[in-house]
Amino acid sequence: MGGRRASLPLVSRLCTSVKPRNNWVQKRSFITAKDLVVEEQPSGEEEKRAVTNKLNLFSAVNQALLTVLESDPKSYVFGEDVGFGGVFRCTTGLRDRFGKHRVFNTPLCEQAILGFGIGLASMGNRAIAEIQFADYIFPALDQIVNEAAKYRYRSGNLFNCGGLTVRAPYGAVGHGGHYHSQSPEAFFCHVPGIKVVIPRSPAQAKGLLLASIRDPNPVVFFEPKMLYRMAVEEVPVDDYTLPLSSAEVMRKGSDITLVGWGAQLTLMEQACDEASKEGISCELIDLRTLIPWDKELVEASVNKTGRLLVSHEAPLTGGFGAEIAASITESCFLRLEAPVSRVCGLDTPFPLVFEPFYMPTKNKILDAIKASVKF
Amino acid sequence: MKLPGATTTWARLISRRLLHRPSQSQLQSQAHRSSSSSFTSSGVLSQRRCCSGSSSGEDSDGNQDEFHDFPGAKAGFTSKLKYVPETPAEAVPCFRILDEYGRLIKDSHMPEIDKALVLKIYQNMVTLQSMDSLFFEAQRQGRFSFYLTSFGEEAITIASAAALSDDDMVYAQYREPGVLMWRGFTLNEFANQCFSNDLDYGKGRQMPIHYGSAKLNYATVSSPIATQLPHAVGAAYAFKMDQKPLCSATYFGDGATSEGDFHGAMNFAAVLEAPVLFICRNNGYAISTPAHEQFKGDGVVCKGQAYGVRSFRVDGNDALAVYATVKAARKMAVEESRPILIEALTYRVGHHSTSDDSGKYRKGDEMHHWKTMRDPVVRLRRWLEGEGWWDSDADQQLRAETRNEVIAAMQRAGPRMKQPLANLFTDVYDTIPSHLRQQEKELRSTVARHRQDYPFDVPL
Ligand SMILES: Cc1ncc(C[n+]2csc(CCOP(=O)(O)OP(=O)(O)O)c2C)c(N)n1
Ligand SMILES: [Mg+2]
Repeated sequence: MGGRRASLPLVSRLCTSVKPRNNWVQKRSFITAKDLVVEEQPSGEEEKRAVTNKLNLFSAVNQALLTVLESDPKSYVFGEDVGFGGVFRCTTGLRDRFGKHRVFNTPLCEQAILGFGIGLASMGNRAIAEIQFADYIFPALDQIVNEAAKYRYRSGNLFNCGGLTVRAPYGAVGHGGHYHSQSPEAFFCHVPGIKVVIPRSPAQAKGLLLASIRDPNPVVFFEPKMLYRMAVEEVPVDDYTLPLSSAEVMRKGSDITLVGWGAQLTLMEQACDEASKEGISCELIDLRTLIPWDKELVEASVNKTGRLLVSHEAPLTGGFGAEIAASITESCFLRLEAPVSRVCGLDTPFPLVFEPFYMPTKNKILDAIKASVKF
Repeated sequence: MKLPGATTTWARLISRRLLHRPSQSQLQSQAHRSSSSSFTSSGVLSQRRCCSGSSSGEDSDGNQDEFHDFPGAKAGFTSKLKYVPETPAEAVPCFRILDEYGRLIKDSHMPEIDKALVLKIYQNMVTLQSMDSLFFEAQRQGRFSFYLTSFGEEAITIASAAALSDDDMVYAQYREPGVLMWRGFTLNEFANQCFSNDLDYGKGRQMPIHYGSAKLNYATVSSPIATQLPHAVGAAYAFKMDQKPLCSATYFGDGATSEGDFHGAMNFAAVLEAPVLFICRNNGYAISTPAHEQFKGDGVVCKGQAYGVRSFRVDGNDALAVYATVKAARKMAVEESRPILIEALTYRVGHHSTSDDSGKYRKGDEMHHWKTMRDPVVRLRRWLEGEGWWDSDADQQLRAETRNEVIAAMQRAGPRMKQPLANLFTDVYDTIPSHLRQQEKELRSTVARHRQDYPFDVPL
């Protein structure tokens, strides 16, 4: 394991037991895309510096799951083909290590995966369910929308299934066609009672997944499968969480605010780079949690820049961009210098050969940035 | 040797016949049916004496010939505290006609089948194998993005298709191109779909292997598992209402039987008395998940009775047995307007798909055994050779010919242009709504500004 080590040898922690340190959490911008901040450990412990490892996104997810399974004996990981490591390798090695009663294959039935997870979570466990592709989460929609989301509310808080986390890979990969490409996040953003979280990078994935698993509410966690292998960055070996409902400014700017999440941020960053060559300064925000979202941070940014562009792969109509656009138009109306711009997937099913045409590409974003600034 | 997906042992199979002896519980349910004419009350709790000689004679506890017509079920009584066991004492035997060596099993239920038909079945099986080998290679070379083979399951799709009427609607999962091939879908047509070229009937929108043909009554394949099963029931109901002498046939894997849609479809089919064949390819695996982690009980066949659906279990690697079973099942479905469940026991010899490496979850010798010792194509060939209808020269010639045809089909399909851009926007609805026209306009001006971002083999 070729880890980069700041001071004391902690690499072995990855493979041995990790004590949960719940107070070492919740620091905004603990990790940024460009510059990994190495934090000191909380008081009480021997002073150590975080050790990081270069990991891709699926390995970062694997580390998060391993951390939870190790630190909490009442945690379970399950889903279709999870036992041998999952079709995207996210659960590799976990069954061997924690046994087939805590990490297991389920029958091929998404509604039961979710329903089972709700029951398991309602008994005070951490139920971490995998849906093989976000495209296949729909049979479970009833369990998520009518059961998980309302479990606490409808019982007057007698019961809850807050220990439930559903992971599902989402988004375009270049050849997925209708059913291995979709971004269904907006369906879930319409459901009070669940949280929706989407990471953009390996270090974000580990910290946000750990936070989602430990959050006392059911969370739907979409993983950008395009980045599973592609995105590689230094990821702290230790147990850490990143705050939910807290967006992050990835780069500061003054002319226009760009809001996105997940894999789309990679394209948005490229658009920012090119815009800056033309003298346009973009502020780029990773929303990270879609509901409940960090409206204050976006508002503050738009109040500064006077312009907003939202971009997502999901179809334009009824996408979560529409909610952000409406909210910001309401709260920043007098400050806006151009209509809020949306660069999104087309209002068609996700098409195989037409994928490059369907996608909200870097140049579509760049064109929209320029149009907004010129407006 | 045990099949990975079911508990039937092969030793027991050989002596069995197509229609095994009815079990105790079947006899009982027949007794109920024959006595049900004596029930007159509708919904009110009532007890009646019915004809004597109940079949539940084993436990003579004095009231075994009383039946209670609860609104939810009609049942006799017993004073013994008994449970229904989770599995029958004996697994349902698996029907076959040919043994592993392609020899006819004595006294077997041989269907009426002529030489030309069996030869056609065999030739299709060989063509399917050739197509799978070469398309798989083509995918590996990056010529198209995805592929999935039928290796080991050629008999199920082709022999069943031969037993259906070509007018029967087919609702397939994805490992059933054999059905289409039987009905005359050409190698060119398969290749056009996999290359997403301008001739693909699906207009380049879906991944490779998602074939469909209205002409050949084969509903376009959709990736979500088991969703096609209720469709087949609806279509079958339409045939029934229109008084057409047809059925629909839906194909699916062992994994698919876990989905809610399987259970809903079976129940609908039974209750609505729809002429539909549920043809399950129990190949032992759903991607990496072995059948014993998919379901308990006696495989898939036992689920039929729970829904009141007549069921067969057949050796899916015996083309003649598959043909005989589907032929009989289709007759029952169409003539008696009833659903039939067929569990074909087989083995997925290939990887799940080109995205899968099955060496990670199953043993090489298991794969090797099925590939070399249990191949359905070889088994049928041996029988044909035994009959004097086929020989190795003919076989070599056929294999060389089909190989060349597959290569030629790819050579024709590969270089063609992809589907034109206009087809991105059509068929979302019957006509293009204004917001999509607007998006098309914007897209075209984006493409004009940034031509380099877009593939050149998609005509604008
Ligand atoms: C609703 C849904 N969930 C998950 C998947 C992913 N998936 C594709 S094939 C497959 C296994 C299917 O196994 P089986 O039904 O046995 O068919 P086989 O591949 O063995 O022919 C799975 C889980 C899917 N396509 N649809
Ligand atoms: Mg299977």
